[in-house]
Amino acid sequence: MEVTDALQQFATRMGDNTLILGHRVSEWCGHAPVLEEDIALANTALDLIGQTQFWLGLAAEIQDEGKSADDIAFLRDVWDFRNLLLLELPNDDFGRTLMRQFLFDAWQSIHLPRLALSSDPRVAAIAEKASKEVAYHVERSADTVVGLGDGSAESHKRMQAALDYLWPYVGEIFDTDEVDDVLSEAGIVTHPSSLKGEYYALIERVLTKATLSIPEDPFAHKGGRSGFRHTEHLGHILVEMQWLQRAYPGSKW
Amino acid sequence: MLKHAVSDVWQWLDAVPDPEIPVISLVDLGIIRDVAWDEDVLVVKVTPTYSGCPATTVINLDIENALRERGVKNLRLERQLSPAWTTDWLTDNGRAKLERYGIAPPQAAGGPERCPHCGDTHLERISQFGSTPCKAQWRCKSCLEPFDYFKCI
Ligand SMILES: [Zn+2]
Repeated sequence: MEVTDALQQFATRMGDNTLILGHRVSEWCGHAPVLEEDIALANTALDLIGQTQFWLGLAAEIQDEGKSADDIAFLRDVWDFRNLLLLELPNDDFGRTLMRQFLFDAWQSIHLPRLALSSDPRVAAIAEKASKEVAYHVERSADTVVGLGDGSAESHKRMQAALDYLWPYVGEIFDTDEVDDVLSEAGIVTHPSSLKGEYYALIERVLTKATLSIPEDPFAHKGGRSGFRHTEHLGHILVEMQWLQRAYPGSKW
Repeated sequence: MLKHAVSDVWQWLDAVPDPEIPVISLVDLGIIRDVAWDEDVLVVKVTPTYSGCPATTVINLDIENALRERGVKNLRLERQLSPAWTTDWLTDNGRAKLERYGIAPPQAAGGPERCPHCGDTHLERISQFGSTPCKAQWRCKSCLEPFDYFKCI
């Protein structure tokens, strides 16, 4: 596999992660339990969509077919998406939304500072920018997970249920392939497998503080990152996200 | 063709208000990273505050309008991501203007130094985020007024 092909795939994965999670988080806009949380979720979604523009913009630039980040976001179908399955799962309650946010923020907070050292200046610049935002996100999502996990009996129960539900989707972060091998060999990315210990140590620390028990079953759903098989939920997201460009191709605000 | 002095361009940009916090200028905000002529094209490098800040498009439009009004014909706006924007780039003038407007300026300690209304230092955080991506919400325990804090990043 050529480095440029691997890099295009990598940028697509990064952009699809933030695009799909950004869309999911934005679904809370106007519905969050309190106004402050509503504003926080909307701002988090904005950061994620902004990061998407950079990553998918890079993917488009490498592809060099005259496409924009918008074309990539709005004119592909399910099988072309490369986001983690974790991020396309429905929000369910506020607890599950924040648990998912934490599990992803924690990964990004470890991954992005490494990417900021990339030998590719475009990757380094995006990662440097995004890592500052993510540092802020993980502070909030970790605090909320602890607050709700170590909260009332009801909030604890819901956070444990959220963790149990989401846990089988965490392992996909480390379901690496040739893309990761080629790019880490070229000094463009840090291989995810080398960050695994650090990631599990971080989430274990926070989840323990939140008085939650980490499920023991190591089973991991896979297929989003590789594009092999998404869950049924992604199609529903795309229907809502893409209908305007599908119905009125090329329309602009 | 007339090439305006770069120092004049900086001055004109210092008169362009931030669309979301109009008391400070784009120069005060520290997002104008460079102004230079590339042959007969004026190149202005702009860095975003936050990746998803919805004001970015408006800011670019405002820069373009302000410079066209001054007679700049060939203009190119470039996005510069690195080094990433930091609140350290807010000018002292900008910090003072923020506080007078009722927004506590960013502090390395991670929270406001004092209430922008009464100056008291007994403060509490209401929310980590505020009305725009660059702000958080705090409250003064003395005068009980809520206020915006410009987040330190
Ligand atoms: Zn006060």
